[in-house]
Amino acid sequence: MSASWCIKNGRIIDPVNNIDRIADLLVVDGRIKGVDQPTPPDVPEINAQGLWVVPGLIDMHVHLREPGQEYKEDILSGARAAAAGGFTGVACMPNTHPVNDCATVTAMIMDRAAAAAVRVYPVGAISLGSEGKQLAEYGEMRQAGIVAVSDDGRPVRDSQLMRRAMEYASDFGLPVISHSEEATLSAGVMHEGPVATRLGLKGIPAAAEAIMVYREIALAELTGARVHIAHVSTAMATELIRAAKGRGVRVSAETAPHYFTLTDEAVQDYDTNTKMNPPLRSAADREAIRRALADSTFDAIATDHAPHSILEKEVEFDLAANGIIGLETALPLTLALVRDRIIDERRLVELLSARPAAILGLSGGTLSAGAAADITVIDPDLQFVYTADQVVSKSRNSPFLGQTLQGRAVLTMVDGTIRHSLLA
Amino acid sequence: MASGSAFAHRHILGMEQLSREDISHILATADSFKEISTRSIKKVPTLRGHTIINLFFEPSTRTRLSFEVAAKRMSADTFNISPSTSSTTKGETLADTARNISAMHPDIIIIRHPCSGAPLLLSRHVKAAVINAGDGAHEHPSQGLLDLMTVKERLTTLSGLKVALVGDIAHSRVARSDIIGFTRMGSAVHIYGPSTLIPTGIDQLGATLCASLEEAVRDADVVMTLRIQRERQNDPLLPSLREYASQFGISRRILSLAKPDAIVMHPGPVNRGVELPPEVADGPQSVILDQVTNGVAVRMALLYLVMGTS
Repeated sequence: MSASWCIKNGRIIDPVNNIDRIADLLVVDGRIKGVDQPTPPDVPEINAQGLWVVPGLIDMHVHLREPGQEYKEDILSGARAAAAGGFTGVACMPNTHPVNDCATVTAMIMDRAAAAAVRVYPVGAISLGSEGKQLAEYGEMRQAGIVAVSDDGRPVRDSQLMRRAMEYASDFGLPVISHSEEATLSAGVMHEGPVATRLGLKGIPAAAEAIMVYREIALAELTGARVHIAHVSTAMATELIRAAKGRGVRVSAETAPHYFTLTDEAVQDYDTNTKMNPPLRSAADREAIRRALADSTFDAIATDHAPHSILEKEVEFDLAANGIIGLETALPLTLALVRDRIIDERRLVELLSARPAAILGLSGGTLSAGAAADITVIDPDLQFVYTADQVVSKSRNSPFLGQTLQGRAVLTMVDGTIRHSLLA
Repeated sequence: MASGSAFAHRHILGMEQLSREDISHILATADSFKEISTRSIKKVPTLRGHTIINLFFEPSTRTRLSFEVAAKRMSADTFNISPSTSSTTKGETLADTARNISAMHPDIIIIRHPCSGAPLLLSRHVKAAVINAGDGAHEHPSQGLLDLMTVKERLTTLSGLKVALVGDIAHSRVARSDIIGFTRMGSAVHIYGPSTLIPTGIDQLGATLCASLEEAVRDADVVMTLRIQRERQNDPLLPSLREYASQFGISRRILSLAKPDAIVMHPGPVNRGVELPPEVADGPQSVILDQVTNGVAVRMALLYLVMGTS
């Protein structure tokens, strides 16, 4: 079956090729043919008038829960949620059961992912079992399909192990993704500040993140290896990353939509859908995160999509699991930044597609001729109420439920095959 | 019995939800109930036929006893559930426990829980009125109310006072209820303690953080001390209780800086010789036992008011 389309009259935004204009995009046999190419007969048309046509979005930080916690999410359900949110590729973290710390688990994930709606890029563990003791086998996992290594959720305490991980990962061209958190400072359940004090909840100070971000920067400087800082939440961390980039350290960084949208004030009434790690921070932190998105301190917006069932969330705040789902809300929340003129459209595509592809060494992130036809079509104005019954993910743990959001993916195409469409 | 406007609260989850008028109404009601405890027959039929469950997930002697005495003096039937006898050790969630208890149709559930916010969670899953008897480091509203009642009784007013609150503010639910309660009634709360026990942003609750013990206590009308625990979850908060006593305890010398008729309070149990030396804890300015007596009256008032029998 040939996957050929002419996407007509859309606003094509492709930062890598420096394109931002209204044109037609031709897809032939699952590959991009080019912009303003003559359309062969019999190629079906997609009317994209008033819509944006961008390289498929890539979420470099999700939790798909398979193997081991399929009651929360599995590779296929997570991929469907990704497609619904406009993503054509996701990088899944290794904190599954068992941990993705060897080629066998990586191969199992790749095998399941073959039937998924979007591309799935596994991230391997830094250490065996993510226990922070012994390096995992990066070479064999690389051959099986991993694109990076991380002990996400289990920050590496041992600095010598982290140094060796960076050195060894660089032998295989793999970035090390750091969940940066100084564990001895972070026994709390929300941001340390007046709101935590009022609610009587134990706080996690911003310093817990900044201390570890600086360690990773120092180690990247020492080793010359690449390090990527996951889900940055604090002003202090943005300053450290900005300064490190300024002196040429090979550091990249992401933040998540909740950190530029919400603050710790959202933790009203002990709503466990506002509990995540790192926690929602202060208004000043949120401002700093927005500035860092605007000035290229951040490379990527990633969701940290973390599905949990009510078993983990309908409990006391202290006992609730960390994390929220994010694949289906990331694009509308990022579009709000464009409407608020914090970032422009080109930067949105860089943050959600081009840069994550480059960091992970993926082929996507562009609409270059010859590239696989991974394309997202966005209606930036379409309003919708985000309700529990329309969530595609298996889990419903989102603080944005019930809100009216503006802008969403109306078409998601992988290899020229439509994986999600709201178009008539 | 009590006069004034109807009481609008189904649950008592915290001081935070109580207006100045609510607090005055509760204190007036408690005042009218206090006399019952001095009779030879200490029982009124007010809550006869009502079922009250004490659901205590944390050890408590005096608060639980105080609620039970209050309930029995109102003729309610009371039942106690504590973690050792409940199902929580078998993996039952609070929501499950709540729904099961609710199926037995209790009228009031009194909950003590180590997690902040647990009473609110409980209130979402039961039909009964919920009274917070202390949740984590969040609130302990009945303690805050009995503190207000004791001060009002001794000093005749709750406005324009200087209240010194000294000790472990960080882990104290009493501190939060007291700060909210006293400031809402028009008094100024001045806080002091070791920096390891002062939580970030406590001033945003309306309290003033002092630079020294002398500054906190000077010209105070009320000196409220809070219980110290030396260590929590391997968090090195204090080098020793001995040093706490010498640097942060309310000695007679420190107390002499307060107003001559100032009263000394403590929510109990007192670490004798730590927060207060015996001569202060048992001295003429101490109202610690009045607090206990008033606790029963305040809790009778709360049970009465949430049942809406006024």
